[in-house]
Amino acid sequence: MYTEKLLDHFRNPRNMGRIENADGIGKVGNPVCGDVMWIYIRVKDNRIEDIKFETFGCGAAIATSSVITELAKGKTIEEAEKITNHDVIDVLEGLPPLKKHCSLLAEEGLHAAIEDYRKKQNSQKERGS
Amino acid sequence: MIYLDHNATTPCAPEVVEEMKRWHTEMFFNPSSIYSPSQEARKAVEDARGKIARFLDALPAEIIFTSGGTESNNIALTGTALAMRNKGNHIITSLIEHHAVLNTCKFLEKQFGFQTTYLPVDRYGIVDPGDVRKAITEKTILISIMAANNEIGTIEPIEEIGKIAREYNITFHCDGVQIAGKLPVSVKKLNVDFFSISAHKFYGPKGIGALYARKGVRFRPITYGGHQEKGLRPGTENVPAIIGMAKACEIAKNSMFEDASREKILRDELEKRLVEKIPEIQVNGHPEKRLYNTSNICVKYVEGESMLLHLDFEGICASSGSACTSGSLEPSHVLLALGITPEIAHGSLRFSLGRENTMADIEKVSELLPKIVENLRKMSPFWNKK
Repeated sequence: MYTEKLLDHFRNPRNMGRIENADGIGKVGNPVCGDVMWIYIRVKDNRIEDIKFETFGCGAAIATSSVITELAKGKTIEEAEKITNHDVIDVLEGLPPLKKHCSLLAEEGLHAAIEDYRKKQNSQKERGS
Repeated sequence: MIYLDHNATTPCAPEVVEEMKRWHTEMFFNPSSIYSPSQEARKAVEDARGKIARFLDALPAEIIFTSGGTESNNIALTGTALAMRNKGNHIITSLIEHHAVLNTCKFLEKQFGFQTTYLPVDRYGIVDPGDVRKAITEKTILISIMAANNEIGTIEPIEEIGKIAREYNITFHCDGVQIAGKLPVSVKKLNVDFFSISAHKFYGPKGIGALYARKGVRFRPITYGGHQEKGLRPGTENVPAIIGMAKACEIAKNSMFEDASREKILRDELEKRLVEKIPEIQVNGHPEKRLYNTSNICVKYVEGESMLLHLDFEGICASSGSACTSGSLEPSHVLLALGITPEIAHGSLRFSLGRENTMADIEKVSELLPKIVENLRKMSPFWNKK
């Protein structure tokens, strides 16, 4: 049911872990539903310099977390915002229909991390002014 | 490969395959035809019926061949409901039944206006016979409770529930799919009117099962056709599979005691080691009233499917009650009925042992699983924050 690509990301997840004092954190999902993703980003000169994830979930949840971090790493904030779950599915060369929500969760996680980063930027600016 | 999913299905015993062989090829005849080779097939089917009847402490005439547990459950429930519709429209079952029972009840509710009481269970998964008694109304026409649960292995007080059903003269069906072949069954002693079994759960072929229907019990067929099985389950008999199932019963009868004592030692050792090595896990099901081959555990902060995939990479086959493996977004209805929270239910694993398992299998699983859990927990946002 899973592609080779997916199993590879599941077995060897890229960018797994936590970033201390991250510039943005996206916490999405719900333990009741069995999938939770936390995406951490470090941003420098408007570019995602580092990104990591922590995930509680099934094989697809872990693999989509891994893929989204790979896709976003090195991108500008604006470029990263354009990444969707379809890009994740493309990298994985397919995802079972029942697992589509995992790819959406990955997209939401990244976007939530960016939003969190923007919020922090704004409050810093406010404090600065 | 280490196969630890015997509650899902078992390998067909070589003696069973051997016994079935010639009934596929040179003895392919339809048992309903008039010529002598057909009569030989008829005799073989009836001999098999006799063996299966003895295996369940029933009369040969009380055994109906079906395609398996699901069909047996469907005939018992829908067949009774349709026959008793004028008498009442209330069914009593439990929250932890197999979907073959639960979804049949849902169908009867929707199509025929039946009402179902889904009895709760205690934290070990046991149905309280007192609850059964309390749920009975003058409209109750059927009670259906499983003998042993497929996920957690808990064994239900069928004999006692059967007594209550008799007292009120209500038809009592028992889904015996998980217990048949594992423990001795006497349908008489259990006070049941219907009892479902499935051959592939005890080293027989797939696609064959039986329904014990007590002599005189009222029900209607749910499929229509020829005269086979007295018209109660028409269709040309699956001769090789019927003969295979009878052989599987014979083997089970002879090896049950040995299987039970050996598998229990292995299962207990597996649980002991996992509990020792993995922090924050719990064992589900009743400590004693439980199938000797079944172990269901919840590993906190890890999701079940991800553990199964890693076990599979190591050649270990098991199952889980996580949402991801149930094909829905809900984790196992059985674990939820025990009062386990969804978060924890997502981290469930079921190991169900069988004849070919050895202590070496147990050693390997108890070596590998703690490492798998540790790695997945490293990835989990909940574990890291502890």
